[in-house]
Amino acid sequence: MVSKTVETPRVTTIAVAIQDWPGHRAGQHVDVRLTAPDGYQTERSYSIGSAPEDAYVSLTVERLDDGEVSPYLVDELRPGDEIELRGPVGGYFAWDNELGGPLFLVAGGSGLVPFRSMLRHHRASGSRVPVRLLCSARSLELLIYREELIKLAADDLVDVSVTLTREAPDDWRGYRGRIDPALLAGCRHGCFGA
Amino acid sequence: MAVSRGFVGRRPTDSARVPPGQYVTRDFPVLSAGPTPYTPLDTWDFTVRGLVNRPVSWSWQAFRALPHENITVDIHCVTKWTKLDTTWSGVSLDTLLDAAPTQASHALAFCDGGYTTNVPLADLRGGKAWVVDEYDGQPLDPEHGGPARLLVPHLYFWKSAKWIRGLELRQADQPGFWEMFGYHNYGDPWKEQRYQGD
Repeated sequence: MVSKTVETPRVTTIAVAIQDWPGHRAGQHVDVRLTAPDGYQTERSYSIGSAPEDAYVSLTVERLDDGEVSPYLVDELRPGDEIELRGPVGGYFAWDNELGGPLFLVAGGSGLVPFRSMLRHHRASGSRVPVRLLCSARSLELLIYREELIKLAADDLVDVSVTLTREAPDDWRGYRGRIDPALLAGCRHGCFGA
Repeated sequence: MAVSRGFVGRRPTDSARVPPGQYVTRDFPVLSAGPTPYTPLDTWDFTVRGLVNRPVSWSWQAFRALPHENITVDIHCVTKWTKLDTTWSGVSLDTLLDAAPTQASHALAFCDGGYTTNVPLADLRGGKAWVVDEYDGQPLDPEHGGPARLLVPHLYFWKSAKWIRGLELRQADQPGFWEMFGYHNYGDPWKEQRYQGD
């Protein structure tokens, strides 16, 4: 593991340098395996948040209080530690440039992770297909990748909409409330670009 | 095998019931490859077709009239959660397959929404598999596969196809949806057959 980035109080991105990484497709996941001194092992699946073109493979992990693996990855793991990964896994929920578009991506919370991989791949591969992303977070502070989403939304082809379900700033111009059919139908303009 | 510095881990409290690599959840997580279909009951049927003399179909009414069993089983999802003591009601596959004599060795379950999954016929017989239409004493919720889903609890839960509409009986095995996307062809949780090559 080479670096950790705190996304929100509960969510951290860990970047991993992997020898002989075969490459992945945007949207795929890996299984992380941890081993205790007595040989006990456990594995969990995490979406890859980095693009195939990125230098490191990054995983964005939400810390679950009663979790077994996520508290270790978020609290205990530090740069220089080794972790065991298996993958990439999954070929169904994936997008690459050759598949074309347009893309309409809808995510809540940490469900955004595989979409960041797709958005970065979209940019890095010079894709010309339009992308519309709708994401839901409890509050602006709990929206992961906030700064990066704002930058990505500067691209005319990329439209980012955010809905905040618990609390929103007074001057918030995006959506409020959970994603439902009415919100989906009304999702026409990105709030960052508007 | 490298030890993960600082990792202690929890041990499953009941390793006789919790397969390797699984953790116990009290929730009932919902994972689907596509949108939830809503099939009106008056157009629903369950069909056994393929390598049979004559395909057999049951309307919803006829299916509901078949003898039902109450089933309490542990279920194991390939995404690592295990749920203990889930209670269902449904029709044994023995009952359904007895109506359609066959020489087939495999079944491909087909579903509303286009999902498929393959199971050896031997794994569907002998009181090991059901088509269930009730969960926890209530009609099976659409998000959990209602009106009816396959229940094959001794295999990973993707084999327990939601929104099932029938079985195609085959002489040759044919991989289903997830089996074609890199998941294991058989899926025994006690052998951790999660992905191809396990």
